[in-house]
Amino acid sequence: MIIHSRTFQAVILLILGLLLTVIVALMQGSVPLSLTELWQAFRHQGDPIRQTILYDLRLPRILIALIVGAALGMSGALLQGLLRNGLADPFVLGISAGAGLMAIALLTLGIFLAWVPVAAWVGAMVTSMLVYLLGRTANGIVIERLVLGGIAISSLFGAVQTTLLLLSNDGQIQSALNWLIGSLNGRGWAEVTTAGPYVAVALLLGSLLGRSVNVLNLGDELAIGLGVSPTRSRLLMGAVASLLAASAVSIAGLIGFVGLVVPHGVRLLVGNDYRWVLPLSAIAGAWVLTFADLLSRLGVVELPVGAVTALLGSPLFIWLLYGGRTSSLKGV
Amino acid sequence: MHLEAQKLSGGYGKTRVVQEIHLTLEPGKWLSLIGANGSGKSTVLKLLSRILLPQRGAVLLNGRDIHRQPAQAIAQTLALLPQQQAIPPGLTVQQLVSLGRTPYQGWWQWELAAEDRQQVEQALTQTQLQDFRDRPVEALSGGERQRAFLALALAQDPKILLLDEPTTYLDLCHQLELLELLKRLNQQQGLTIITVLHDINLAARYSDRLALLKEGCLYATGTPTKVLTPQTLADVFRIDATVLQTPVGLQIFPLAPIYHHSRDGPAVR
Repeated sequence: MIIHSRTFQAVILLILGLLLTVIVALMQGSVPLSLTELWQAFRHQGDPIRQTILYDLRLPRILIALIVGAALGMSGALLQGLLRNGLADPFVLGISAGAGLMAIALLTLGIFLAWVPVAAWVGAMVTSMLVYLLGRTANGIVIERLVLGGIAISSLFGAVQTTLLLLSNDGQIQSALNWLIGSLNGRGWAEVTTAGPYVAVALLLGSLLGRSVNVLNLGDELAIGLGVSPTRSRLLMGAVASLLAASAVSIAGLIGFVGLVVPHGVRLLVGNDYRWVLPLSAIAGAWVLTFADLLSRLGVVELPVGAVTALLGSPLFIWLLYGGRTSSLKGV
Repeated sequence: MHLEAQKLSGGYGKTRVVQEIHLTLEPGKWLSLIGANGSGKSTVLKLLSRILLPQRGAVLLNGRDIHRQPAQAIAQTLALLPQQQAIPPGLTVQQLVSLGRTPYQGWWQWELAAEDRQQVEQALTQTQLQDFRDRPVEALSGGERQRAFLALALAQDPKILLLDEPTTYLDLCHQLELLELLKRLNQQQGLTIITVLHDINLAARYSDRLALLKEGCLYATGTPTKVLTPQTLADVFRIDATVLQTPVGLQIFPLAPIYHHSRDGPAVR
């Protein structure tokens, strides 16, 4: 499989788009910077206020958008490959429910507020492990059981979460709602340094799983014949996907649609070879979230980025489903 | 390369489908597993190919339990063509066949090495799929598709090839085409072949040896002439049949089914 020119074009397109968006995102904001001002500030020259805006406000936030977007994009691609289902997203295995329950519990009770990200991460990981236990049988992991386990756990935790929200007062509901929609507001270097390394390692690991996904897509029996253990591969893929999604959620809350739509777009560009789909989904996810964050900051009132991705993502998803030239949902 | 089943018992979950199977596969020969529906022939193949874990007994490759050897090493010797395969949309024939090199690649390898590409090329040539390499697998006809999956298995460069009912969904011409191709590989390259075949006439014609299964037990093994007699056909397949020696091999003419009239007595013929 030599790199097809179509794949090569897609890589170039995505990287150029990402770079361009990052530059525009660095320039735009309540205090716009021109290209030369940006360059000066970047080299620690000129107006110190501009340097502060660049280094303490915009750059960390954009890095966070890149990290969270890449994590969501690859997590979604891994889970769509793992579950052989184009409707899978990073939250399908109960991650949103687990993270949501922990975060909402702390936010509505008003305790340990500084620990919300850690609690969300722990909730996400524990829940996905629980769902994996439910998906296990004597013959390995069964996809239907995984999905149904995810649905069951999600509705259980969702019920508890709703009850907590109903019992709490208005101010707490406001902050809880903000978290549930997903936002990058006020995130900075602290989040970059704590979550960044984990996400980077997980992204690297995930990029190496493409061939396993390709082989598993031929069916379990053929995979075994090729020396690939379906159970072990699925565990590894699920673990990496959960780690990525949990990290994203712990930083930015429940940002929807990126993990669902981005892998479809990437498959339209490069086909079904997951050696390419996985890393390119990370790049495309980073691009989409940076772009959505830029849009969310441009309005009169700053919208939570999760609302922007849903506003952008839903019509795009409908187009991919019903209007796309070659629908990537066909038999995924 | 020596494959052997020792006192092999297995099935699905707690249900036991096959019992105490003893089989020795001679290198370079073609063995077919035959038997009525539900006799356990596919289960035996799944046990031999590591898809099922034996409940008792073991499968030995070169004297060592296949579940105690690295999966990658086994996959370099033993290739499998399952009865049903999933076809990912958009996957081309060349991409499919390239996946046959998976057992030879390290986790860090992104692209195929030169030797791997050569093996893929050889597999495409052997199955006459050179002109189909850029076609999506889903767009191929039944016969071409089966050849593409055979090419995938051949790209593994196996010494032993296991095939689960490879002719089931093919018309007569394509059935013969596939079996002739397997025969060439068997005779020219010494590939050991194990097939599950439904059609006993085809099994008798192409196999060196037959293993006849009845209700999960090995009923008889040996050359087709030895195994397929009117008596065994009546016992195992419950058919009244005539066996003829013809220039292309043994031919079985089923005449009538044998019904069980008595609940606990022997079959009435």
